[in-house]
Amino acid sequence: MFYRESGDFKTTYIDDDQTFPIKFDRYRYYAVMFVAFAIIPFMVNDYWVNAIFLPFLIYSIAAIGLNILVGYCGQVSLGTGGFMAVGAYAVYKLMTAFPDVSIVFHIFAAGAITAAVGVLFGLPSLRIKGFYLAVATLAAQFFLVWLFNRVPWFYNYSASGQINAPERTVFGEAVTGPNVNAWAVYLICLVFVTITALIARNLTRGTLGRKWMAIRDMDIAAEIIGVNPLTAKMSAFAVSSFFIGISGALFFAVYLGAAETGEAFGITKSFLILFMIIIGGLGSIFGSFAGAAFLVLLPVFLKVVGADWLGVPTDIVAHFQLVIVGALIILFLVLEPHGLAQLWRVAKEKLRLWPFPH
Amino acid sequence: MPEQFIWGIEVFLNGLMAGVLYALVALGFVLIYKASGIFNYAQGVMALFAAMTLVGIMNGQVPFAHLINAIFGTNVHHFGWHVPAFVAILLTACVMVGFAWIVQRFIFRHLVGQEPIILFMATIGLAYFLEGVSDLMWNSEIKKLDVGLPQGINFAIDDYTYGIFGYGFFIDNLDIVATIIAAILVLALTIFSQYSKQGRAMRAVADDHQAALSVGVSLNFVWIMVWSVAGFVALVAGIMWGTKSGVQFSLSLIALKALPVLMLGGFTSIPGAIVGGLIIGVGEKLFEFAVGPMIGGATENWFAYVLALIFLVFRPQGLFGEKIIERV
Repeated sequence: MFYRESGDFKTTYIDDDQTFPIKFDRYRYYAVMFVAFAIIPFMVNDYWVNAIFLPFLIYSIAAIGLNILVGYCGQVSLGTGGFMAVGAYAVYKLMTAFPDVSIVFHIFAAGAITAAVGVLFGLPSLRIKGFYLAVATLAAQFFLVWLFNRVPWFYNYSASGQINAPERTVFGEAVTGPNVNAWAVYLICLVFVTITALIARNLTRGTLGRKWMAIRDMDIAAEIIGVNPLTAKMSAFAVSSFFIGISGALFFAVYLGAAETGEAFGITKSFLILFMIIIGGLGSIFGSFAGAAFLVLLPVFLKVVGADWLGVPTDIVAHFQLVIVGALIILFLVLEPHGLAQLWRVAKEKLRLWPFPH
Repeated sequence: MPEQFIWGIEVFLNGLMAGVLYALVALGFVLIYKASGIFNYAQGVMALFAAMTLVGIMNGQVPFAHLINAIFGTNVHHFGWHVPAFVAILLTACVMVGFAWIVQRFIFRHLVGQEPIILFMATIGLAYFLEGVSDLMWNSEIKKLDVGLPQGINFAIDDYTYGIFGYGFFIDNLDIVATIIAAILVLALTIFSQYSKQGRAMRAVADDHQAALSVGVSLNFVWIMVWSVAGFVALVAGIMWGTKSGVQFSLSLIALKALPVLMLGGFTSIPGAIVGGLIIGVGEKLFEFAVGPMIGGATENWFAYVLALIFLVFRPQGLFGEKIIERV
């Protein structure tokens, strides 16, 4: 009834090209943005922001980035944790080297540096494909983590080997350091999520996105119809690493405040983000959000239900968490290999025909 | 002879021994990949699970003791018996066969014909699942595994090399045993796959699923068999690594050590796994010995990957992998 194109007449080319062609989608999008920007900041407290909103928003950026590489361009990467570390250490070096420049620029610059590193480690993808590439990206993961652990220049020769985010402000409101307001850190992350999601959505709709998808579907065929694999693959690595770098910078500076590479950006982080895009749906921006939300909420949910309500010892809850995450991943792959995004698509398709499905 | 050179030889030999252990893990990967096209990330966790089960059976631990105690308020931990190592190994092998059946029946039967990346993800899910289950079942503390393998420095080699170089080499007895066992295992696997009926069925499936199916080979049976064999290889690897460094979570990380070995040797080749293991073992030990101290040490974490990456740039299918032929 309400969810369909009919009756919504497009009179300009700009109208024709919009991101959400269906009116209901568009208003839903405005409503989500309104709630996210104008209602949630007034309601959140420290617990909600630190346990749910910040991890969700930051992992969403990383998931979008990885989804561009894996879901859109078909290059499997297990180096996400390492690239996040590049973002984190880049922003740390920039913050301490240029204290007068706004942190917003630092975060974008960290993204750009990560993009350069990503392209460097992406070069072998021109020759190595499939699983061989997945394993090759592990080289990036282990090498980068080792580098940040062992070369003191990266952590400014601090005795503990940790990096700590100094206090920085945006419009006079602290967003990093120990004295921050919950709403301020929430908003800064939200702004970055919105920007990256907009960029990603529009890139994947355009020429570049179609090139990526052509490479993903069959790279030789794509090459024959005139897609340059060098630029397509390298741009996917660059854009993906840019987003992952931003998320790593936010993860360290805004969320953690202090970080140690091996712990914060280890191989488990790479897998976590990979799981997000698989559960969410490969090749879907919405799926990146859905997967991030799912994997952020699941441990919180299990902890609340298991430890707080049922009184199960916490170590058993931790073990059960592994079992449940593992089982859910398998279950998802068996029942819906295309992830939460596919469920969403099916629901929308049904809704378009409702109430006359034949 | 200069001291550095002699130490280099010792490092080289120890690298070879370490390489054999890597190859042992990589072998399990190759078996499953060849027969079913599944890149089994869970191989390392399978080794952990096998080693934990072995220790649990030997010490008469009650499975899920912690969970049972938490739910029913009881206080059970041990049955109070000790099982001899040989019997325990047999029992653990049976557990691994049961595990293979479960994996095949409940996971991969439903995923036939999916893309390789989906299958790979499923094995990562399986790895998480199995890790949680083995912690719940046998609790997660570090355990000592002793099935009667010799350990410690081999004095014969120490004396012999002292006689020649004036410097005794340190070679662990366990590494020597591991090398011998790995050699026997590879020999047995080769004989099994070349001369037994089941082994031929396995190779047929590896060649072409549909053709094998059409001449009456049961895919289901072959896959269960392959997972069982991989489980057995995981058990052997688990025993070796468990004896060396205790049965604990880090055991499952040997999967990450085996990945560069696989890349280098090629995913589809058993000799590749062995040669790759040796190259990686020697390479990373020598690199750590020669260059490590200059750049901060602990290079073993990444050197294997970078080495494999360099090899791959020149041979994208690994040293012994089947040539990748692509058609539109």
